[in-house]
Amino acid sequence: MAGGIKMPGEEKKQQKQEFWRWTESNWKNPDLDWNDAKIVTAGIDVGSVSSQAVIVTDGRIFAYSNMRTGSDSPESARNALNYALKGTGLPEDRIDYCIGTGYGRVNVPMADRSITEIACHARGAHFLYGPEVRTVLDVGGQDCKAIHCDGKGKVTDFLMNDKCAAGTGRGMEVFADLLSVPIIEVGDRSFDIEKEPEPVSSTCVVYAKTEATGLLRSGWKVNEVLAAYCSAMAERIYSLIERIGVEERFAITGGMAKNKGVIDRLMKIMNIEPMKTEWDTQIAGAAGAALFANTLVAKGKGRK
Amino acid sequence: MITAGIDCGAKNTKTVILRNNEIIGKGSVLTGFDQANAIEKSLEEALKDAGISPDDIEKYGGTGAGMEVVRQADTQVNEIKAMAKAAHFFFPSARTVTDVGAEMGRAAKINEEGRVEDFDINEKCAAGAGAFIEAMARALEVELEEMGPMANESDKSIPMNAQCAIFAESEVVGLIHAKTNKKDISKSIHDAMASRIVSMIRRIGVNEDIVMLGGVGLNPGFVESLRSELEVEKIFVPEDPAFGAAVGAALVAQEEG
Amino acid sequence: MKANYGYKDGSGDYFITIDTDKCNGCRECVSACPYGVMGVGPDENDPFSDDEVAFVTEQERKKIKYTCGPCKPMKNRPPLPCVAACGPGAISHSW
Ligand code: SF4
Ligand code: SF4
Repeated sequence: MAGGIKMPGEEKKQQKQEFWRWTESNWKNPDLDWNDAKIVTAGIDVGSVSSQAVIVTDGRIFAYSNMRTGSDSPESARNALNYALKGTGLPEDRIDYCIGTGYGRVNVPMADRSITEIACHARGAHFLYGPEVRTVLDVGGQDCKAIHCDGKGKVTDFLMNDKCAAGTGRGMEVFADLLSVPIIEVGDRSFDIEKEPEPVSSTCVVYAKTEATGLLRSGWKVNEVLAAYCSAMAERIYSLIERIGVEERFAITGGMAKNKGVIDRLMKIMNIEPMKTEWDTQIAGAAGAALFANTLVAKGKGRK
Repeated sequence: MITAGIDCGAKNTKTVILRNNEIIGKGSVLTGFDQANAIEKSLEEALKDAGISPDDIEKYGGTGAGMEVVRQADTQVNEIKAMAKAAHFFFPSARTVTDVGAEMGRAAKINEEGRVEDFDINEKCAAGAGAFIEAMARALEVELEEMGPMANESDKSIPMNAQCAIFAESEVVGLIHAKTNKKDISKSIHDAMASRIVSMIRRIGVNEDIVMLGGVGLNPGFVESLRSELEVEKIFVPEDPAFGAAVGAALVAQEEG
Repeated sequence: MKANYGYKDGSGDYFITIDTDKCNGCRECVSACPYGVMGVGPDENDPFSDDEVAFVTEQERKKIKYTCGPCKPMKNRPPLPCVAACGPGAISHSW
């Protein structure tokens, strides 16, 4: 907004949006042609912050989209599916079976069935990272999940914490907002410090905010407070994983996988090398859903 | 004998001066980020209120989250003991006492002498403390003091899904967008909060009379939600519930001094 | 599968773990729990299984610390009704 007079409220609103920005994207597999496919399935993951749609043809990822979740789940699901199909030439009615997952899973109108995000994340991670994966950590906008799975991507142990904002994307957002730091800069800026500070001691996000305000007042730099919160968050996430234990190999999915301020610190605590993937880590849930759909159709259970 | 009880809490630091079982002075200031300073200020205020000089005070008792910072303290008084003493002091018939402050909630079962028989504490999560109502007041854009009276004007409680203060904030914002009456939202907030304290009280047993101390005791909406959740006639709240722990500390200093 | 329902917040860990390999879906826990914390149905985390298993109901997952409170008095704690009712020993509480 160059020039012109900004109303104070307007500026605040603008800034607020700025802090949450990340890029929406879609992708189509250049090696696949849907005309050759026997089974076409879709998985739609409507999360609290982002929604993804993945299209699978004969068990391989054909196309996907990753978008911001809007104000209601049905519309977010619709937008995600449209965006995934965009430019692929694949007509929607060619989809044999569609599964909804995520926090808004019961509100995915085009889904033939819904499956929990726990099951879908395990299945999706198994695909994205390969069958060696045994522990999947997913830090979402409003929850944190730790899952163990076997060589087939079947869940053997899990916990999900969606009661408390500490250790979730929301906790980080609250902090980014408090410190007026765009969320995508959190990682880099948290390492732009002279010495790693002690982590923020309060787990509770409400109390951590008060603590952070105190730190700023006593002269801490914004980046130092960010670093202190990132490491508190890493410790918090680790304490959740500890409950089910870590079995190698270890993979991280979800939006937080992209925040190295937290993840690098977490890896240091765990002293572990996470698995790598070429795929967008945020599509794990939707990919798992689409793959489940594929299996169901292949087994003849999934015809409408 | 003149004693002073200083309760350095998460939000406010309170001092009470006691002369032979009679409260003669009080002082309360925001704790802020400098506890030592808050302690001095609240003590000064209480001395002025009592019209006495520091030399008149024979013993000091310190309590609260920052009790270690109370350098004057001859005795550091455990918060549970302080609240039990205070409840017994105000209402000798008290058998259950709950103290809900800005950052903690506690409940204790006490006997006829004001001795603690059992207790439970909830801390480190804002969902079970006064901070929860404060955060909700911000989300509702209502003054904290108005929250309770507003709630008491409503007879409709809408179920709230979120337990966490952070998530509840968004839920409240959503309810406002859906044009839900703010009075009803306020009632739901107090009911939700009260049910957490009640479950703590149930763990130690509901024994009447029930006394409430702590800053949240000033909130009539909360006291009413607590009363109805516990299904009792009355919750006994002293005139200045926020000074409860400070009174307890002064009493212990007097006994042990 | 070990299904951990519940949460960890600033104040502590509150998880009810169901070992679905041990659970036989008999529903004894559902009748035993005075507060409707337990439920039995298809295993929602294993979409290909046809066995019914126990779980913690959706509406209680975020508040079991409070809902289970009365079954966990501070003094002289009796065995938990759900745990005692479960023949195969599939239920455990973390707190
Ligand atoms: S500890 Fe804080 S962030 Fe966590 S549930 Fe409680 S209020 Fe929410
Ligand atoms: S009592 Fe035990 S075996 Fe029976 S349904 Fe409950 S958890 Fe399963």
